[in-house]
Amino acid sequence: MGSIDLSLAWAAIICFAIFAYVVMDGFDLGVGILSPVLEPGKERDQAINSIAPFWDGNETWLVMGGGGLLAVFPLAYSIILPATYPLMIAMLLGLVFRGAAFEFRWRDPAHQPLWDLVITVGSTVAALAQGITIGAILQGIEVENNAYAGGWLDWLSPFSILTGIAVVIGYALLGATWLIRKTEGGCQRHAHRLAYWLGIATVLALVAVSAATPFLYTDYWHRWFEMPQVLWTAQVPLMVAICTGFFFWSLKRGHELLPFLMALALFLLGFIGLCISIYPNMVPPSISLWEAAAPRDSQLFLLVGAVFIIPVILGYTGWAYWVFRGKVGTEGYH
Amino acid sequence: MLEQLDAVFLARVQFAFTVSFHFVFPAFSIGLASYLMVLEGLWLKTGRGIYANLYRYWLKIFAVGFGMGVVSGVVLSYQFGTNWSAFSTKAGPIVGPLMGYEVITAFFLEAGFLGVMLFGISKVGKRLHFFATCMVALGTFVSAFWILSVNSWMQTPAGHEINAQGQFIVGSSWWDVIFNPSFPYRLVHTVTAAYLTTAFAVGGVGAWHLLRDRNNVGARKMFSMAMWMAVIVTPVQIIAGDLHGLNTLEHQPVKVLAMEGDYDPSPDGAELILFGLPDDEAAKVHYKVAIPKLGSLVLKHDPNAPLPGLTDYPREEWPPVAVVFWSFRIMVAIGFAMLALGVWSLIARRRQRLFESRPLHRAAVLMGPAGFVAVIAGWITTEVGRQPYTVYGLLRTAESASPLDAPAVATSLIAFIVVYSAVFGMGVYYLLRMMAQPPHRGETEPPNVPLHAAGITPASSIEAAWSKEGDTHGKH
Repeated sequence: MGSIDLSLAWAAIICFAIFAYVVMDGFDLGVGILSPVLEPGKERDQAINSIAPFWDGNETWLVMGGGGLLAVFPLAYSIILPATYPLMIAMLLGLVFRGAAFEFRWRDPAHQPLWDLVITVGSTVAALAQGITIGAILQGIEVENNAYAGGWLDWLSPFSILTGIAVVIGYALLGATWLIRKTEGGCQRHAHRLAYWLGIATVLALVAVSAATPFLYTDYWHRWFEMPQVLWTAQVPLMVAICTGFFFWSLKRGHELLPFLMALALFLLGFIGLCISIYPNMVPPSISLWEAAAPRDSQLFLLVGAVFIIPVILGYTGWAYWVFRGKVGTEGYH
Repeated sequence: MLEQLDAVFLARVQFAFTVSFHFVFPAFSIGLASYLMVLEGLWLKTGRGIYANLYRYWLKIFAVGFGMGVVSGVVLSYQFGTNWSAFSTKAGPIVGPLMGYEVITAFFLEAGFLGVMLFGISKVGKRLHFFATCMVALGTFVSAFWILSVNSWMQTPAGHEINAQGQFIVGSSWWDVIFNPSFPYRLVHTVTAAYLTTAFAVGGVGAWHLLRDRNNVGARKMFSMAMWMAVIVTPVQIIAGDLHGLNTLEHQPVKVLAMEGDYDPSPDGAELILFGLPDDEAAKVHYKVAIPKLGSLVLKHDPNAPLPGLTDYPREEWPPVAVVFWSFRIMVAIGFAMLALGVWSLIARRRQRLFESRPLHRAAVLMGPAGFVAVIAGWITTEVGRQPYTVYGLLRTAESASPLDAPAVATSLIAFIVVYSAVFGMGVYYLLRMMAQPPHRGETEPPNVPLHAAGITPASSIEAAWSKEGDTHGKH
């Protein structure tokens, strides 16, 4: 293993964990965000049922992202978290509220509307905080002597608000397309209509964020618009256009799985775009992923486990999804 | 007082608050997951519906407790970065990979199989479902393994070196880091505490329902099982605690002296202070009630062994003595009360009055929450006793905090207190409400209520699956 760049390998694994988180928790946060526009009673119960067996496992990827960062890029972890302090607190409190409300709404039918509201607020706050965090990282973090040196509201800017809203819209799209796949009848029709408008909104948000990003740093500008790498980077917007086309086509044709996959593809492309902008930094504009890395022994120690265990995790996670495959129905799983 | 309200102090309060809240739930889930595993195993083996009934009864409670453990645990994994970023930079290369292993070996296992455990019986069949239950139980144990390894390393650091940037890095081997000197003792003591916590909670619920209806089969079964646990496990725990204490004396003598309230050295054998009011300023315990020589007997297993005192160590190395002194006494007192209840139940059992003795049942109800109190008290003893260090002897708490201003930490602390009080207040309310439901009386089949909740699992198909299996087995 001597010749492998461990830091790069770990950056790839962390990226995978973050994207796995977005893929999985994104849709269940989205369902939470959409819950107030779903009809109370059957529609909403179906929607919450469709994520009940999964949300807990999905959220574990967030712990993996945070825990992994602490383990292998402790410097990045200890700069980004204080820099986004109010966001992290808001996200965590949102997730606490929401996770508890999942259990409570069934225990206490008399107060179900209240707990549904809590799920929505918690999901939206968590999604917004995650989105703003992405913007805050992208726009750069002030660092002195390997520690955060800015104020406690530095993350707040028009750009970070834009990325925040974009992620909320995008998660809502994932939620709507997930419901198309997992539900039937009125709930599915409702989700279908929502997916159309959310699809348009997501693409607009993606374009807005992409248009604003190159103006943050000249580095980003060069990365995206200079020859010859523009030949590579230009593939990203091209793929976005293709996926958008497929998304609306599949939605119109009544496909049930393809819209969800295309929505995920849009997220993946957005994520790749983000990585292209930032690489090789871990904390823009000053700390590279090698500078942020933990000592080699720490990286290697966890890597040995991760290489063997992550495929097993994916295996039984896949199995759990397979167990609860098919439509959720109005009563539950059949 | 006000000048003490700096960012570091507030961050400490915040961590203590969130970790104490969190710790209650895993302590309960570790024991409960194993209890559920035993119940389902017995059900599969004997085919008796009573075990299925009890399984379902406690599964609903487990779901709520586990959910709250998860959400409060996510908070902790990020709090190292938000409030303790200097600690994260310096100790991250050691504690990070261990916590990383916790995530990939334990969290995913629990969370991945939890869905199947809660909702999957009609989908996967009983054997695979039992497997899922076992995986969740295993996950809770593996999680305890790693987190206690991290915590023990912070108490008795070993196997590391310190590099040029002041970071802790692995030195001799990861083996020495993980199996640091206090880890085996702490693991046994804490996991046993989790089992006892659950046993007394289950026993308390069983006793509560026996007081109402002493013929309730489910209540009888859970009370009897819990009291066996009390009889067998409490003595084991007291021995484990004693060994843990000896280990702490070897590696963290100041902590033990604070627990004992020994300010002055005792060259001819230390007394054991039962009660008193420790006073750090005067360096003495006021109004103390003490037994001569017993302190040395307990700590050194020799009544005349000399013991140092806190005044042998620099003042700035002391933890806050009164907190540690009292939390330790609460833990020990509860431990002996548990032993007493266990012995009482054994006598009642011998006289065939286990299900008739109302004073015993009342005492068991009273002792129902005792495990939680003991666990928190023990946690405070060990954590406050580690002060003023985060990594014992090497990294001070004051040097571990994030570069944050006090108002930021104060605001988030208030937010945590408000949200936790609301959410976990409701959670405890729902838990108690579920526990107030009597277990299904009959011994034949699972009760006709949905497993998780209305709508989540089709009650009909689940009942069908459970009843069918109950029938085929019931005929053996």
